[in-house]
Amino acid sequence: MKKFINNVDDFLKESLNGFGKAHSDIIKVNFEPNFISRKTKTKEGKVSLISGGGSGHEPMHGGFVGHGMLDAACPGFVFSAPTPDQMQAAAEHVDSGAGVLFIVKNYSGDIMNFQMGAEMYSGKNDSIITNDDVAVEDSTFTTGRRGVAATVLVEKIVGSLAENGGSLEECKKLGEKVNKNSGTMGVAFTSCTVPAAGKPTFDIGNDEMEFGVGIHGEPGRKREKIQTSKTIVNNMLEAILDDLKPQKNEKTLLFVNGMGGTPLTELYLVYDDACEILKSKGIEITRSLVGNYCTSLEMQGASITLLKCDEEILKNWDAPVHTAAMRWGM
Amino acid sequence: MITETKGYMSVNFLISQAKNIQIVIDQNAAEIEALDQNIGDGDHIFNVQRGLKLVVELEDDIKNLPLQKGLNMIAMKVLSGIGGSSGALFGTFFMSMAKTPDLDKDIDFKKACEMVITGINAMKERGKADVGEKTMMDVLIPVSEKLNELKSGNTDMKEGLSEITKIAEDRMLATKDMLATKGRASFLGERAKGHIDPGARSSQLIIDTICKSLINK
Repeated sequence: MKKFINNVDDFLKESLNGFGKAHSDIIKVNFEPNFISRKTKTKEGKVSLISGGGSGHEPMHGGFVGHGMLDAACPGFVFSAPTPDQMQAAAEHVDSGAGVLFIVKNYSGDIMNFQMGAEMYSGKNDSIITNDDVAVEDSTFTTGRRGVAATVLVEKIVGSLAENGGSLEECKKLGEKVNKNSGTMGVAFTSCTVPAAGKPTFDIGNDEMEFGVGIHGEPGRKREKIQTSKTIVNNMLEAILDDLKPQKNEKTLLFVNGMGGTPLTELYLVYDDACEILKSKGIEITRSLVGNYCTSLEMQGASITLLKCDEEILKNWDAPVHTAAMRWGM
Repeated sequence: MITETKGYMSVNFLISQAKNIQIVIDQNAAEIEALDQNIGDGDHIFNVQRGLKLVVELEDDIKNLPLQKGLNMIAMKVLSGIGGSSGALFGTFFMSMAKTPDLDKDIDFKKACEMVITGINAMKERGKADVGEKTMMDVLIPVSEKLNELKSGNTDMKEGLSEITKIAEDRMLATKDMLATKGRASFLGERAKGHIDPGARSSQLIIDTICKSLINK
């Protein structure tokens, strides 16, 4: 393992320290329990949005704390769900009386810990669960689909509504709409290495890729030989379109997300391929996002998320945002 | 017939068991990690090891406390110090055990069984997982059912505990051929088959360690 580490046990703390120092104009890092909150207090009457999850997906979620997005984020250990006391403390810290909406990715550990945190928090609160990963089959008997990159879009879009006075119910409703209108598919070329483990999470050949990989390096649909970008992107989009079934000429947001180890040059190439394929299918791309937003440590690979957009979604997407990882309009 | 009446559950008992379990888990850490990397993401063993270390380190703070207080402190430590599914589930286990009535009285074997059954039921509720879903509950639920039988039956305690170690082992091994419908492994579909669930393995080791220490008491 080659990583910037002083002591494995201090890995998260030191990284959070640096994050706090680098973005001290926007956020504040609180320790024991760990949570990242906005530097300024939540304005009265504004619903607070709190997300969180295991660390290792940076900039998600701490990088999305700030105006127009989250009020707080609770980072767990690398790839491990945060603990209920973190959510409780974050909620107590940010809630201005309008209630708290927890945004949770659909992973068993996250669900359980957020549920317990919500039970321990005495104020008004509700939760939305994201499950955009089309690589996983959904059924009532299983954990269901994973919550992955579309969580970024949910946090941005609901964040805008909350900033503009949306109620807890309205925020939840919009978040669920964004989640339902999104589909994500991921591919990995290499594994990631969890610092505490010290070795790659999975073995993969030089000429292989994991199709449908999760954001923790957990295996996906199948292991395949690597192909041209056009073929890979086409297969990813097919899986998404099969699930989302967009109408002809429906407006969409196309989000190409890097897993952490793939350079932007490649992500833009993927974006180009995706544009061509979607265009040939008569799907209109009206908004774009390209970059490393929901990562898996140093994994090489990318995910594509397509979001079907209506006017409400577009308006909230375009609204100003000022966080460590996303900034426009202000 | 169960006749023993004292000392089956106390703060010191819990701490000494945590120490025993720590040794066994450390000895089997590489295997559990490998199982998790096959079908999960490799965090389970670190969570279990971190949790055990935290409980053992609590010794000086809790050794003189009444059982209920001790259990609550263990629960909060586990809940806030581990993370992941394991933290929530084991935290729930201790928190619920602490809610068993009459903990200020001597805890006999029956009462100890009742506490463990209460704890496992709460885990089942929290994780919404049942037998056959390739999780730690595949080991814990049958163990809980057997404890319930022991609590109200006439089996010799040591014989009963030895049966429990057998049940735990069989059920752990049985997760190998299951499809997962809960937890990280559920995302794998057919590919999860052929691998023992790491949570089932760590739970089985925990059960085995506790039972054997009671049998050899």
